[in-house]
Amino acid sequence: MRTASTCLTALVLTSALLLSGCERPPPATEQTGYRGQSMGSVANPRTLEMREAANQPPEAQPAADPSGPRASTLYQNVKVLGDLSEGEFIRLMASMTEWLAPADQSCGYCHNLDNLADESKYQYRVARQMLIMTRSLNTDWKSHVGETGVTCYTCHRGNAQPQATFRQDPGPRGAGGFTASRQGQNFAAMAVGSTSLPNDPFSRLLAYAGEIRVSTPTALATGNPRTIQDTEMTYGLMIHMSEGLGVNCTFCHNSRNFGQWGDSPPQRATAFHGIRMVRDINIRHVQPLAAILPPERLGPEGDNAKVFCTTCHNGQPKPMGGAPMLQNYPELGAVRPAP
Amino acid sequence: MAFVIDYQNIFTRVQVRGPDEVGPPIDTGIYSRSKTIRHSYWAGKIGDAQIGPIYLGWFGSASLLCGIVAFEIIGLNMWASVNWDPVQFVRQLFWLALEPPAPQYGLSFPPLAEGGWWLLAGFFMTLSLLLWWVRTYRRARALGLGTHVAWAFAAAIWLVLVLGFLRPLLMGSWSEGVPFGIFPHLDWTAAFSIRYGNLFYNPFHALSITFLYGSAVLFAMHGATILAVSQYGGEREIEQIVDRGTASERAALFWRWTMGFNATMESIHRWAWWFAVLTPLTGGIGILLTGTVVDNWYLWAVKHDFAPVYPPPPYTPAVDPLTLPGATR
Repeated sequence: MRTASTCLTALVLTSALLLSGCERPPPATEQTGYRGQSMGSVANPRTLEMREAANQPPEAQPAADPSGPRASTLYQNVKVLGDLSEGEFIRLMASMTEWLAPADQSCGYCHNLDNLADESKYQYRVARQMLIMTRSLNTDWKSHVGETGVTCYTCHRGNAQPQATFRQDPGPRGAGGFTASRQGQNFAAMAVGSTSLPNDPFSRLLAYAGEIRVSTPTALATGNPRTIQDTEMTYGLMIHMSEGLGVNCTFCHNSRNFGQWGDSPPQRATAFHGIRMVRDINIRHVQPLAAILPPERLGPEGDNAKVFCTTCHNGQPKPMGGAPMLQNYPELGAVRPAP
Repeated sequence: MAFVIDYQNIFTRVQVRGPDEVGPPIDTGIYSRSKTIRHSYWAGKIGDAQIGPIYLGWFGSASLLCGIVAFEIIGLNMWASVNWDPVQFVRQLFWLALEPPAPQYGLSFPPLAEGGWWLLAGFFMTLSLLLWWVRTYRRARALGLGTHVAWAFAAAIWLVLVLGFLRPLLMGSWSEGVPFGIFPHLDWTAAFSIRYGNLFYNPFHALSITFLYGSAVLFAMHGATILAVSQYGGEREIEQIVDRGTASERAALFWRWTMGFNATMESIHRWAWWFAVLTPLTGGIGILLTGTVVDNWYLWAVKHDFAPVYPPPPYTPAVDPLTLPGATR
C-alpha cells in the first residue's frame, strides 16, 4: 500500500516534470482561423516582454531647421545627402555617430578628422553606400517597410556592424577523403533553429535569386523539377524567418497547404517583398563592399557579413515593435525639394 | 466500499521454472540449434526466463553480417563527419546522417563521399532484411507453423523498399531516398510532406494512420480483456476458440454490454494481424504514388472533394505578388 502510493506520487511528479518541459507556462495562444485548422499563434508572454524590452528605439534628436542652403553647396564631396539643409545634415551625422560609431572614435570612425571630405577610410565609403541603401529602402521598398521605414539603427543598434548577419558557411569539416560529406547540413546550426536542415540556405536564397518555391500548382505530376534537397533548403530559410520574427508558420501560411496563396494571411505578401528586399540589399549594396573591406571584416570563405531577416527583426514580427523609424528622420527618405 | 489502490505491475508477476524446453526435433544441418540454455531473472520480468536454444543458421548469419556491415557504414561515416572526434560524435549523434546522393547523380553510382556509401549501406541493409525474412519463413516451416509472422514482416519490408528503392527508382534519382540519421530522417519526412502538398491529404497516408492507431487500440483492448478474465483461465485463448469457457463468455458479454458487439478468440487475432499488416501496406502505396502520380496532395484532395471546405478566413488573404503586374522575382 505504501509502495503503491509512493510509486503513484513519483509517477505524477515525473509526468508533471516531463510535461512542463523547459518553458514555464502558460504560453498564450491566439486563434486566427476557423476551428480545427491550427491557425493561430502560440507565444509565451514573458518571452514577448523580454523581446520588447530588448527592442526599444533610441530617442530621436530634436528636429532640425530644414531651411537654408543645401549641404551640397556647403560641404565638399557630399554625394548622397546633398539635398539636406545644414541643420539636418549635422543632425543626421550626429545621430549616425550615436547609432553605430564606437564611443572612443566618434566622427573619426568614418572620417579623416583633418579633412572630413577625405574618402580614404573604408568606413567612409561603406557608410556612403549604406546611406544610398537606406534611402532606397525607404522609397523603393515601401512594399515591405511601409511608412514605418528604416534608419541605420534598425540594423546597427549601437554596433559598428549589425550583430545578426550571415556569411557563407560550408559547415564544419569532416574527415574528408572518401568518407561521406555532410552536404552542408546535419549539425545543430543556430541560424536554422538548431535543426539538421541545411545550415546556410542564405547564400543561395538571400544573396542570390535562388528559387524558393517548391510545391507544384497542379494536383498531378507534371514535371516539377524541385527536389527534396531544394525543399530542405527552403525549409531552412523558413525556420530562420520563423525564429528571426518570433512567429509560427501560420503567421504567414495557411496550415493546410504552405504553398497555397488562397487562404494565406496577408503577412505572407509582406514577407515575399521582404525576401526580395533582402536580396536587393545583399546583391546591390552589401556584397560589392567586400572589395574595399579589410581582411578582418571578411569571413573564412572571403565574403563579408550579409543581411537576413533577424538583422532588422531581432525576434519581433515588426522591428522595434513597429516604432516609426522614418518619421523622425525624413532625411533618410525620398529627396525633398528645398522649402 | 473502501477505495484501495491496487498496484498494476507491467512486469510478469509469476515466473515458473520447470524443466528446460528444448522444442521438437529438427533437421540437423551444419548449423544445428545451440544446446546452451540459460535462465535470466530479468528476461523473466518481461517474458520467458529461458534464453536459448538459439538457431542462427546460414541465413541468420548472413543477415546479421549484412546488418553489421550496413550499421558500420552508417556509423563510421557519421563519425568521420565529425572528424573522428568521439565527444562530438556522441554530442551530435542525433543530428548526424549518411545522406543520399545529390540530385545531379540520378540513378548512377556516385563517388563514395557523394552518396556512394548511402547506396552501399542501403544495399546491405536491404539484403539483411530479406535474408532475415527468409529465416522467419524457414524457421516457421521447420516448426510446422503457419507463415503469418513472415508475411507480416514482409509488409514492413515493403514500406522500407518503397522509401529507399522503388520510389527513387520510379523518380529516376537516388536523391529521393531517405537519409540514415535520427533528426535528418525526420526533417526529410517534413520536407517530403511540404514538397508534395501536405501528406495528410494523401488518402493512403490516412488509411495507414487509421490502421496504426487502430492497431494500438486493438492491442490495448485485447490485452486488457485477457488480463481481466485471467482469473477465469482467459489466457488459454486458443483452446477457447473452439471450447469457450466462462472466461470467454464473460469477456464477450462485457463487450456486447459496452459496445453491442464482440470479437471472438479467433477473430480478434485476425483483426490485429490485418491492422498491423495494413499499416505499412497502405502507407507504402501512398508513398509510391507521391511524386510519381500525384504531386500536390492538397490540390488532389480539393479536386476530389476529399478536403473539407471551410468558411472564408477572418482576414483578407494575401495575393501572390508574382501574379500581379510588374512583379519582381
